[in-house]
Amino acid sequence: MTGAAEQPALSVRSLSKRFGERMAYEQISFEVGRGEVFGFLGPNGAGKTTMVRTLGTLIAPSAGSASVAGVPLSEANGVEIRRRIAIMPESPGLYQRLSVRDNLACFADLYEVPAPARRIAEVLSMVGLAERAAELCGALSKGLRQRVALARALLSEPQVLFLDEPTSGLDPAAARDVHELIEGMRERGVTVFLTTHRLEEAERLCDRVAILNTTLRSIGRPAELRDQLFTRALLVRTASALADPAAVFASLPALEGWHAQGDSAYLLEAADISALAPHAVRALVAAGADVLAVEERRHSLEDVYLELVGERREEAAR
Amino acid sequence: MRLSRRRVRGVVDKELRDLRRNSNVVYTMLVLPLIFLVQPVVEVLTLSAHSAAVLRREHTLTYLLAIPTLVPAALAAYAIVGERLQGTLEPLLSTPVQRRELILGKALAVFLPSLAVAYVVFALFVIIVELFSAAGVAGALLRTPYVLAQVIFTPLLATWSIWLGMVISARFADPRAATQVAILVSLPTVAITSLIAFNVIPANLRVALGFGVGLLVLNRIGWRVATAVFDRERLITGSR
Ligand SMILES: Nc1ncnc2c1ncn2[C@@H]1O[C@H](COP(=O)(O)OP(=O)(O)O)[C@@H](O)[C@H]1O
Ligand SMILES: [Mg+2]
Repeated sequence: MTGAAEQPALSVRSLSKRFGERMAYEQISFEVGRGEVFGFLGPNGAGKTTMVRTLGTLIAPSAGSASVAGVPLSEANGVEIRRRIAIMPESPGLYQRLSVRDNLACFADLYEVPAPARRIAEVLSMVGLAERAAELCGALSKGLRQRVALARALLSEPQVLFLDEPTSGLDPAAARDVHELIEGMRERGVTVFLTTHRLEEAERLCDRVAILNTTLRSIGRPAELRDQLFTRALLVRTASALADPAAVFASLPALEGWHAQGDSAYLLEAADISALAPHAVRALVAAGADVLAVEERRHSLEDVYLELVGERREEAAR
Repeated sequence: MRLSRRRVRGVVDKELRDLRRNSNVVYTMLVLPLIFLVQPVVEVLTLSAHSAAVLRREHTLTYLLAIPTLVPAALAAYAIVGERLQGTLEPLLSTPVQRRELILGKALAVFLPSLAVAYVVFALFVIIVELFSAAGVAGALLRTPYVLAQVIFTPLLATWSIWLGMVISARFADPRAATQVAILVSLPTVAITSLIAFNVIPANLRVALGFGVGLLVLNRIGWRVATAVFDRERLITGSR
């Protein structure tokens, strides 16, 4: 493969997958750069797992095209693509009757990993399981099994690592461990494609997120998505209600709109908060108001998410 | 694309390790042979020296070929549905392993222990006959052509049963149903060997050659079919 280093890790163009009558995902396009941690965020049934399986060559798309780790997605390229990637599926899928080491040994053979014994020891120590290599997988807790699955996905030093809901069903401590491991991946420069329905997870771990619910709703950096979707706003609290707020706010530069929030608080909307804030404070003081607080109102990704994902329900209700 | 020995070996190693710890499978491997061993042992040990002539018309050894027919069918039936049940099929199929490598690895992992069981049971039978049967019985029973047929047909029958079992395993969602159906579809083969055993189908060189060539052809077809039905997408999404 020539120029593989410059090509994006994933490039997806108008990809769709249909199961009978049902679209699992539809007309999805995005690119993921090398070394990026990319979040694929959506509610249950949004099509996340189906996308991972498609890009992992387990199932064929119904329409569209893609390239994975620089290789065009096609049935004939299946082996070549699978050689370059690794998938950690929703459930760890370990051989319960085999030890941790034997589970990894099998996959080391399947990926033809050179010096398997050394590599197995390496990935086990990466996930903090060096001491547990001889234990049967069936005897491990859910969190530890998830770590074994992650170690298994790291064995072949994949160019792209797919993690399908890696923390679903884990308790907060185990989930935090997995988060730390994913941050470790980022530091090593591994491209990570992470699906999740947990917003704080996407916000915390991902450079960029795509929000989908069958169709792609939005894509960008978590902060960008907020800005894109919501006008930013300044919340002003005064000691008492303004006599004539319309007159006070009328001449403010950069103001796009305002409304009262309760008796003595006002929400001033503007694209550029820093241009608005000083003028607003001056105008309020000039009008004789006692200003108690001025703060920027922030949206969490959750607001963005609910807004975007909700659209579909409205459409369906129509 | 070239097959990778290492990947095939990876599958075989994993399967054999798993097999040893799977009590269901170990149970199947012990019980089925015992069932088919009891009848001939009882028959042979109750024969008196002067009635040993009956063995010239019956081919008791052939009856034992039910073991290399049924044991691998039952084991192979578990091969794919077992992975699906454990949720290990998806990670397995996500690796660079090619379907032919996977099928070959799984087939070998059934073939080797099945062959071992069949030959051990056969050896056991021979030893019992030699040690405990009436005079003349052993000589009448253990004639070279029959011992040779036993040795040759054991792997041929085992291979055929493996393909049947695998194809069924790829189609079923429940391992018990898969095992039962695999045993069921192997019964016609057992019927043929039993009909030879009881001399309904004559045991002669022509029949043996025909049967052997037939199995070789069937095994070639079986390999093709087993790899063809092994479709990643259907295996992953088919259980819903
Ligand atoms: N094998 C399948 N057969 C039929 N429909 C499926 C299959 N797999 C997924 N779907 C449907 O596709 C949609 C997306 O599913 P999935 O990708 O599992 O979503 P997510 O992982 O985001 O929860 C769902 O509506 C689901 O019912
Ligand atoms: Mg899912």
